Amino acid sequence: MKTKKIAYLGLLIALAFVFSYIEFLIPVNIGIPGAKLGLANLVIIVALYTLNERDAFVLSMIRIVLVGFTFANLASMLYSLAGGILSFVVMVIAKKTRKLSLTGVSVLGGVFHNVGQIIVAIWVVKTVSLIYYLPVLMVSGIAAGVAIGILGGMVTKRIKGIHLID
Amino acid sequence: MEQKTKKNDILLIGVILVLALAAYVGVSIFQDATTHNAEALVLIDGEEYGRFPLDTDVVERIELPDGSYNVLVIEEGKADVTEASCPDGICVNHRAVSRQKQSITCLPNKLVVEIRNGEESDVDAITN
Repeated sequence: MKTKKIAYLGLLIALAFVFSYIEFLIPVNIGIPGAKLGLANLVIIVALYTLNERDAFVLSMIRIVLVGFTFANLASMLYSLAGGILSFVVMVIAKKTRKLSLTGVSVLGGVFHNVGQIIVAIWVVKTVSLIYYLPVLMVSGIAAGVAIGILGGMVTKRIKGIHLID
Repeated sequence: MEQKTKKNDILLIGVILVLALAAYVGVSIFQDATTHNAEALVLIDGEEYGRFPLDTDVVERIELPDGSYNVLVIEEGKADVTEASCPDGICVNHRAVSRQKQSITCLPNKLVVEIRNGEESDVDAITN
């Protein structure tokens, strides 16, 4: 691995970590469990578009484990892992089809992050009626996805000019 | 190329919105208006903690073995969580619930308050 790439990955992990911390500090609480902006996903999507799938995935997992042990408990980490993995897989597939722009991929990521969390929440608290949160979470996922997608597009455009991996 | 993907993006958002709306309508039809003998069912980690009839005002402090707690208030035919030890306070901010199958969830404490109609309907038998 080139030194440049190691430094870049480290930087992204640190950034994702800080974003998670900011969201932890200022929770946008609208009374629905699982609805949030997902600032850290900005870093994941930038990684997905400037590096490769494998690196972006590792980045996503390291972030979740780090944040899980630092700010949350094991249960929250489980929700994050489910949401993180599902949304990542969906984003990779969506990106590979080349039919969507970065914003579209980000929207899918946002929506499926919420879907993944709710599935695990239903399993953990053994209450099927949590599925009633799904419509609201889908819409909030779209909103978060669009915001992150627009930001991610701007960042990616600027980073791509710099040759990170030779 | 860019124009086309942008169009697909909007199409995607539209499809998800329609799905969300369909899910919402489905949920609303499912949540029948409450009957007189509705009750708030409190589950902790999937186990039943207790049932509280909505027509009797009560304040119940639910203590968990690890020291965390949630305060359930039944007032004016509605169930609400007014105080809790959990860090995010989502259950406290959640509005009061009174309709069939509405629920307040506190994920950190694994607590669920769910509204049930007194009589179990066939629908319940399927969903549970």
